[in-house]
Amino acid sequence: MFLFFLSSGLFLGWSLGANDAANVFGTAVGTRMLRFRTAAALCCVFVILGSVISGAGASGTLGKLGAVNAVAGAFVVAFAAALSVYLMIRARYPASTSQAIVGAIVGWNLFSGTPTDPAALIKIVSTWVICPIMSGVIAVISYKILSFAIKRSKINMFKLDEATRIGLILVGAFGSFSLGANNIANVVGVFLPVSPFKEIILPGGFHVSPAQQLFFLGSLAISVGVITYSKRIMGTVGKGIFKLSPVMALVAVWAQSVVLFLFASQRLEQLLLNAGLPTLPLVPVSSSQAIVGAVVGMGLLKGGHNIHWKTVGGIAAGWVTTPAVACLISFVCLFFLQNVFQQTVFLP
Amino acid sequence: MAFVSIFKNRTGIEKEIDSFLDLASESGLIFDQGVDSFLNNNLERFTDHLNHIVETEKEADNLRRSIEDLLYRKTLIPESRGDVLELIERMDALLGRFKGMMFRFEIERPNIEPRFHDGLRELVNCVIHAVEAATLSLRAYFKDISQATDHIHKVAFWETEADKTSSKLQKEIFAAEDLGLDVKMQIRDLVRSTDKIADQAEDMADSLAIYVIKRSL
Repeated sequence: MFLFFLSSGLFLGWSLGANDAANVFGTAVGTRMLRFRTAAALCCVFVILGSVISGAGASGTLGKLGAVNAVAGAFVVAFAAALSVYLMIRARYPASTSQAIVGAIVGWNLFSGTPTDPAALIKIVSTWVICPIMSGVIAVISYKILSFAIKRSKINMFKLDEATRIGLILVGAFGSFSLGANNIANVVGVFLPVSPFKEIILPGGFHVSPAQQLFFLGSLAISVGVITYSKRIMGTVGKGIFKLSPVMALVAVWAQSVVLFLFASQRLEQLLLNAGLPTLPLVPVSSSQAIVGAVVGMGLLKGGHNIHWKTVGGIAAGWVTTPAVACLISFVCLFFLQNVFQQTVFLP
Repeated sequence: MAFVSIFKNRTGIEKEIDSFLDLASESGLIFDQGVDSFLNNNLERFTDHLNHIVETEKEADNLRRSIEDLLYRKTLIPESRGDVLELIERMDALLGRFKGMMFRFEIERPNIEPRFHDGLRELVNCVIHAVEAATLSLRAYFKDISQATDHIHKVAFWETEADKTSSKLQKEIFAAEDLGLDVKMQIRDLVRSTDKIADQAEDMADSLAIYVIKRSL
């Protein structure tokens, strides 16, 4: 029965794979520097690794926003988020899974009468603003450094092309790892409190926690989304907002990957804590916002003349509508599941 | 293995483009020597140069085809591929022009009075400088883009010089009262066609200037 309810989480994972893989490899595929097949294969492998190895960090914050305590409720929350992302994809806009899940959890909170933790909500919503700005700033600085290095090194056009391709593969792998680590909480995070999995001890003494098993299943769903549906979104990111050169594409993915990593890494948080420095909240952030921030940042650096503001506006509008739509769908579906199908969607 | 293969492709095409540009540069020098031999009435030497330029042009054609094939088959430099192909084809057309001019000398065997020799040599010199600067600018486009603009300026300079020399020479030709109109027109056409090579070099450099902006980081 749990696996049946988990299907909505897997559907959300599929949506995330279809949508967010485009953010990691879209610029590379859009600028024809990498083949879709290569990009998809790399993305799948590293998303799974990122989810299983580093997925725990960001799921804690999401749990604080609303601990969905009934499996049918978790099913609806994930389903509402997935449906809203799917609708955005159908409209050909890179949507944010993070915002969809937050909207859906708030919908569950409203329905169940659970108060939404304002601190957690503010923490999450503030990353919606910080994330694209931070990504834009990282992109501009990285681009400046990289272009200076390229000019100084007087590299041959073909060698630069080769180096850019290798860079896109490496940064794309890092981006996929960060995406898995940061966004797996969106996919199956709501199922963590109701997960029936037990710890498995593999030969060699490796412990696979219940959370890691859940993350593995979620990441498989993401991979299916990458393979089956991400190709068409990749075109929008690579060309839609601002015509990127291959070097810019590399920087955009780099900036996005760094941002996702910063908001997901528990080790980095520990390092900062040990050094007495302020830490970044471990929150699932939107890879869509990060990539759009990076692309717009570089577009502005180039004078801002060639940015298609209409496309940016459409994407930004999606950021507002996605959580609102997810919240509404979540509320309505919870009502139906409780009153029509007689399921327990929350425990008082 | 994939990386090794990509690396081999890059090295291969870099070498081929270098060799192609060497041939472009060389063809200008052969043309210069050919015209000089013709004006000195050394037709045997002229024929050697003509054969040499035919061979050079053929070799350049083969290289151009190979470069085009590599660029498209291996999807190298996807962003600049179209621009590079256009530039290579334009450069190849310049080589063809040199060969065509040599054949005109061979076929028409014009009787060029010694008083026009210096003017014609000067014109050829300007044209060769213009093509050489275009070759250097194209080489810089691949190797060190910041240098490309300097060479593009030189193409424009030599094209203007070629125009001035060509106009002066044509005036001198038509001012010569002892020559028939048929001879004047024949030499005038040769002068114009020679000058046209510098014009084409400038057209290529103008396109290159745009591509440099496109590629500038």
